[in-house]
Amino acid sequence: MNPLIQTDVKQPTGATDTATLPQKVSVRRLNFYYGEYRALADINVSLYQNKVTAFIGPSGCGKSTLLRILNRIYDLYPNQRAEGEVLLDGENILRPAQDVNLLRAKVGMVFQKPTPFPMTIYENVAFGVRLYEQLSKADLDARVEDSLRRGALWDEVKEKLEASGLSLSGGQQQRLCIARTVAIKPEVILLDEPCSALDPISTAKIEELIDVLKRDYTIAIVTHNMQQAARTSDYTAFMYLGELVEFDNTTQIFTNPRMERTQDYITGRFG
Amino acid sequence: MDTHEHIVSSYEEELSSLNNKIAKMGGLAEQVLGQSIDALEGRDPDLAAATIQQDEAIDMLEKEIEEQAIVMIARRQPLAYDLRQIMAALRISTELERIGDLGKNIAKRALAVVGEQQPKQLMLGLKHMGELALGQLKEVLDAYIERDADRALKVWYTDEDVDAMYNSLFRELLTYMMEDPRNIGLCTHLLFGAKNIERVGDHATNIAETVYFLVHGKAITDQRPKSDNTSSTPVPLRSAG
Repeated sequence: MNPLIQTDVKQPTGATDTATLPQKVSVRRLNFYYGEYRALADINVSLYQNKVTAFIGPSGCGKSTLLRILNRIYDLYPNQRAEGEVLLDGENILRPAQDVNLLRAKVGMVFQKPTPFPMTIYENVAFGVRLYEQLSKADLDARVEDSLRRGALWDEVKEKLEASGLSLSGGQQQRLCIARTVAIKPEVILLDEPCSALDPISTAKIEELIDVLKRDYTIAIVTHNMQQAARTSDYTAFMYLGELVEFDNTTQIFTNPRMERTQDYITGRFG
Repeated sequence: MDTHEHIVSSYEEELSSLNNKIAKMGGLAEQVLGQSIDALEGRDPDLAAATIQQDEAIDMLEKEIEEQAIVMIARRQPLAYDLRQIMAALRISTELERIGDLGKNIAKRALAVVGEQQPKQLMLGLKHMGELALGQLKEVLDAYIERDADRALKVWYTDEDVDAMYNSLFRELLTYMMEDPRNIGLCTHLLFGAKNIERVGDHATNIAETVYFLVHGKAITDQRPKSDNTSSTPVPLRSAG
């Protein structure tokens, strides 16, 4: 055991400054199975309102799986099941009666690879809105503009809203996906490695966007980039082999993590 | 040390190179301080001149460490313990550079007192105080190399001893000056020398704080015992002469 790391803290959830923060999402004793394989083991973690929570950990540790549970995307696949509770504003979203379409409107998701629909930029944003709301043309136009502004893309596309979403650069496509997510007025935004395919400038724009978006939304981000987690998040959860090893405020995790395993991972050491 | 090694071995090498440079700089600072006190005590101008020269090597090392640290921060984007190691190296190199300067100052005073003929007894207190400060410096550098926070903490607590000795030396030298005005020149130099040594103790304490931070990731929370009260010690003028 490394004598430098204080190991007296048994609780993986070490954050001390969260007691008074409202919990937007609260994951309780969550287990998740791909068939017989248990991919998540007894996860307890919260996403705090208007905060950014980063999930870090090696490939296969379960962080993307956890994100996929938060809007029940896993429902789309057979043989996958979750046990435990995921409370969104106190309501368990894992209960069978949960309307998953409504849930996915509340909990938006942006994936690693930009996934614009093969339609115009305008339609990419308007498409989801029409599924949930009946807006007049003027209101819809206003919603599209507002969403593209929130996606920090408006100035770059306002002259070519009828161009294909696929004609945009990778970074613009990703911001289009964020705009599309924001358009249906979610409460929580899940970002699954949103910058891994982007250049540093596009990455910086997305990170700036995250800073702005957290004023209105609760955000969870999965990233393999330690510096990105350190830069963008308020809280960081380190996961390993399907378990939550440590949860704390981001400053603590990246300057003085409590757990040896966290330190080994974030500093690039053999564990 | 018992941390796991980096997957990228060149990172590991850079950190150990930084570590070695601090160790080397520490060794040089010890040497400069020790020799400067010897030169003052023995009124040895050759040793004093050589010591003044040696301080340049310390300054060079400080620059090297600073450059290396900046490059490592830019290229490695260090986190957690790595980040603390680099910050600690930066801070400690600054402290050691100051200690080198203080040694150099003492050596310069040694050159200034070469012609003085007063009895060697006047030097005893200063020599003793120098040994104590040198011991503190050596101890805290070992604590750094060993990453031993407890050892660093001991140094931190015992700076009080250096301060106490400085107080008593201050009074002693005042007495010598009052006894015989011919002592005033030498004793004034010795007083400044003693003040320099007392400052070395303070820098050793700062290094101890950094070692503690390096190991634990947080500052020492205790109040440091402080007992240099010479700035408020009255000079009994009426009894002079």
